[in-house]
Amino acid sequence: MKRIVLLLLATMLVSPALWASSAAPAVRAEHAWIRLLPGDLPAAGYMVLENLSDKPHRLVSVSSADFGSVMMHKSVRSSGVQHMEHVDNVVVPAHGKIEFKPGGYHLMLMQRAQPLKPGQVAVLILKFADTGDLSVGFKIRPANASSD
Amino acid sequence: MLFRLPRFLAHGTLLALTMLALAACGGSKTEWQLNDVTGHLPDLHFDMTGDNGQPMTADALKGKVVMMFFGYTHCPDVCPLSLTHLHTVMQRLGKLADQVRIVFVSVDPKRDTPEMLHGYVRAFDKHAVGLTGSVKQVRKLTKAYRVVFNTDPPDNHGNYEVSHSSAVFIFDRQGRARLISGSADNMPAIEHDVKQLIEESS
Repeated sequence: MKRIVLLLLATMLVSPALWASSAAPAVRAEHAWIRLLPGDLPAAGYMVLENLSDKPHRLVSVSSADFGSVMMHKSVRSSGVQHMEHVDNVVVPAHGKIEFKPGGYHLMLMQRAQPLKPGQVAVLILKFADTGDLSVGFKIRPANASSD
Repeated sequence: MLFRLPRFLAHGTLLALTMLALAACGGSKTEWQLNDVTGHLPDLHFDMTGDNGQPMTADALKGKVVMMFFGYTHCPDVCPLSLTHLHTVMQRLGKLADQVRIVFVSVDPKRDTPEMLHGYVRAFDKHAVGLTGSVKQVRKLTKAYRVVFNTDPPDNHGNYEVSHSSAVFIFDRQGRARLISGSADNMPAIEHDVKQLIEESS
C-alpha cells in the first residue's frame, strides 16, 4: 500500500505534463517489467508504449533513481549470431505501439543503486523529445519470468 | 471380444493394432522436429570448469540428455530469454526433466567465474549447469561445434558485449550430438525431440 502511494506521489511530482494539461498524456506505458538477474548483473526492462495522439513521439532517454545507467538496446540475430545494437531513440508512431520485449528492444539497466527483489517496483522516467516525461513503475520479476 | 464383432471389423482392428505395434517398435522412421545432425558433429567432449569451481568433463553428463548453448551472464536480454525458454521446456517435461541437463557455456570467461555462473544458472533452473574455463578451453569447445563468438572492446566503464551463436545443441544420453535448434525459441519442438531422446533405448 505504502509503495502504491509513493509511486503515485512520484508520478505526480515528476510528470507535470500529466497534471498540467487537461488532455490525456500523449504516450502510455503498460506491462512494464524488469528481469532481475543475480548480483550486480545488468537487468533488462520491458514495456509496451502506446501513442494515443495524432503525432509521432520520440523516446530519447530513460533514467532511474534505482539504476545509475539505463541504455536502450535492440537484440538482433543475423546468420545465427546474436548481438545487441545501441539504440539512440525510438519513435512511437501516431496511434501506434512500440514493444520493448525479450529478443527485441529492451532497456539495459546497470549500476543498481540498492539491492532489489522480485515483487518490488522500480520507477523509471521516460523522456520524450517533444512531450512530457513519463514516470513508469516497472514490476521487478525473477530471472526466469516470461512477462509482467 | 473380437470373436463377437463382424469379421471385417475384427480384421480391421487387428490390422490397426499391428500397424501401431510396428510403429512403436521403430518399424517406421522416427520423426524429429529439429535439425537432425546425427553423425555430423563430435560427441560431447570438453575440459572446462563447472559452476561448482571443479574441473568438469562430459563424463559428468553421461546418461542425461543435454541441451547445450553458449552465452554470457552480462547479456541482459537474449541469454536469459534462452535459459527461460529451456526452463519452460523442463517444466513441461515434468518428472522426465530429471533425465535432462541444461548446459550453459560461457563465451566470456573473463567475467564469468564459476561463482558468477552458479548463481546465474540456478536462478533459471535447478538442472542447469554452467561451464567456464580458460579462453583456450572455451575456443576449443566453440570450434568443435562451429560456434562463433566475438568480444567487443570495452567502453569507458569497462563494459562490453559478446556476440555469439544462438544455436542449442542437443546430445543423447550417450553423449552423441543429435539435434540442433536455431535458438531456444521453438520450445514445443525442443520438448518433443528431447522426450524422444529420453525414451530411446540406446
